[in-house]
Amino acid sequence: MRRAAWAAASLGFLVAVVSLWWLVAAAKLVNPMFLPGPERAFATLRGWIESGELWDPLGKTVWRMFAGWIAASVIGIALGAAIASSRRARDLFEPSAEFLRPLPASAVLPPAVLLLGLSDSMIVTVIAFGTVWPILLGSIHGFKALDPRLTEVARMLRFGPLQRMFKFQLPNALPEIFAGMRVSLALALILTVVAEMLSSQPGLGHMVLVAARAFRSADIFAGIFVLGVLGFLTNTLMQHLEAYLLRWRPVHSGG
Amino acid sequence: MRRIAIGLIFPLAVIVLWELLGQTGVASEDGFSRPSLVIAALARGLADGTLLTQTGETFLSAAIGLFIATALAVAIGAVLGLFRTLERVTVLTVEALRPVPSVALIPVALLIFGFGQNMSVSVVAFACFWPVLILTIASVRGIDPRLIEVGRMMGFSLSMRIRKFALPAALPGIMVGFRIAAGIAIVVAVTVEIAANPQGLGYGMIIAQQSLHADLMWATLMWLGLIGWIANWGLLRLERRWLRWFWAQREA
Repeated sequence: MRRAAWAAASLGFLVAVVSLWWLVAAAKLVNPMFLPGPERAFATLRGWIESGELWDPLGKTVWRMFAGWIAASVIGIALGAAIASSRRARDLFEPSAEFLRPLPASAVLPPAVLLLGLSDSMIVTVIAFGTVWPILLGSIHGFKALDPRLTEVARMLRFGPLQRMFKFQLPNALPEIFAGMRVSLALALILTVVAEMLSSQPGLGHMVLVAARAFRSADIFAGIFVLGVLGFLTNTLMQHLEAYLLRWRPVHSGG
Repeated sequence: MRRIAIGLIFPLAVIVLWELLGQTGVASEDGFSRPSLVIAALARGLADGTLLTQTGETFLSAAIGLFIATALAVAIGAVLGLFRTLERVTVLTVEALRPVPSVALIPVALLIFGFGQNMSVSVVAFACFWPVLILTIASVRGIDPRLIEVGRMMGFSLSMRIRKFALPAALPGIMVGFRIAAGIAIVVAVTVEIAANPQGLGYGMIIAQQSLHADLMWATLMWLGLIGWIANWGLLRLERRWLRWFWAQREA
């Protein structure tokens, strides 16, 4: 009951913020060319849904985002496991990965356009390359942090390398891998939007930029709303997936 | 020392291979260029000042956006952290705004500010606001309630309570948020330049690519990696040093 009351208050505040937005727009305190009222943005969104205009760009954006991210996950986890497996490999590759990590992921866009042209595969490649680092580093870290006692147990049970990988190392590394994958998923959406803006490939990013060039502010806000919902949904989905897949893990107090 | 040497083997091997493929013509010069040409382009760019001007533009946008975001987020976060009621009432609004990808605001910023620094600054500020806000709320809420109680009993005003009690106790957490946001600031500034804003290093890369100066494009990318890494390293050092000073003050 108390929780419901807080939820209602929280919702009330959000409604108040939207009403304030409506008031500011309706009173024309800000030039309506820059700030459309919420009712105009939602009318645009409804128009998109009714005419079916929304689905094609939305589908393309979602497809690119997940294709790139899944590719990055597979590559990142496999490469991370390989690098973490030997001290020599770690010394060889870890410094390079650490050096490349702070590089803005979007900075690989110009070389990608030059080498691959303005195409769908270019965008997916950029997303995969740009989002692989958090997963790779999480994976290296997770695989390397296996308790030596567990290695001992695996030896005593005469586990082969595959058995050891799937019974001990992978479960042990999963929390860190998932943490990296969640960061990467948010990054994937950002990269998709930027790549679409730059390459003029049909998608949500291209749609909002075209709207800005034509001064159609209601379209921009409707597009931002869709992108926000997309960001929220993917993040929530990932959180639930993470909680479900890691449900066997004892809950630590205080982390 | 030995570890650094081993860590250098892989990048050096890549550079040698890249040079060889370029020299023999296996990798096209128009796309991949060659390390020797890239180094020359980097030297030219640094010598004639274009790279430094672009670096200045990118970093200034990032810094202004970062500071606006930090000031706002610390002020709002401190209030939300002190008053649990307010935090619970605003949580839905925060959670609704936070997942909006910062680059989605590029069109709005373009519409309002047009091309130029303000456009970058506003998008950077939006992106940097959230990590600082979340960490400020968390660390202010983690303050010993007795400390706040003491302040209230001594009859301090709200702003005094925030400045004298809440902020100093929450500073280590806020610093962590600031460092995360600083990394985001540079990335977002470059991204805005690549997507739409004709200034800075991001735009320099786009122009180099469009005019088929592959050497200059790779040189700018390398320069960006280098200064990004240095900035990251510097921030870590600063944070560590600062926290040590902070704890030493506490001991005294």
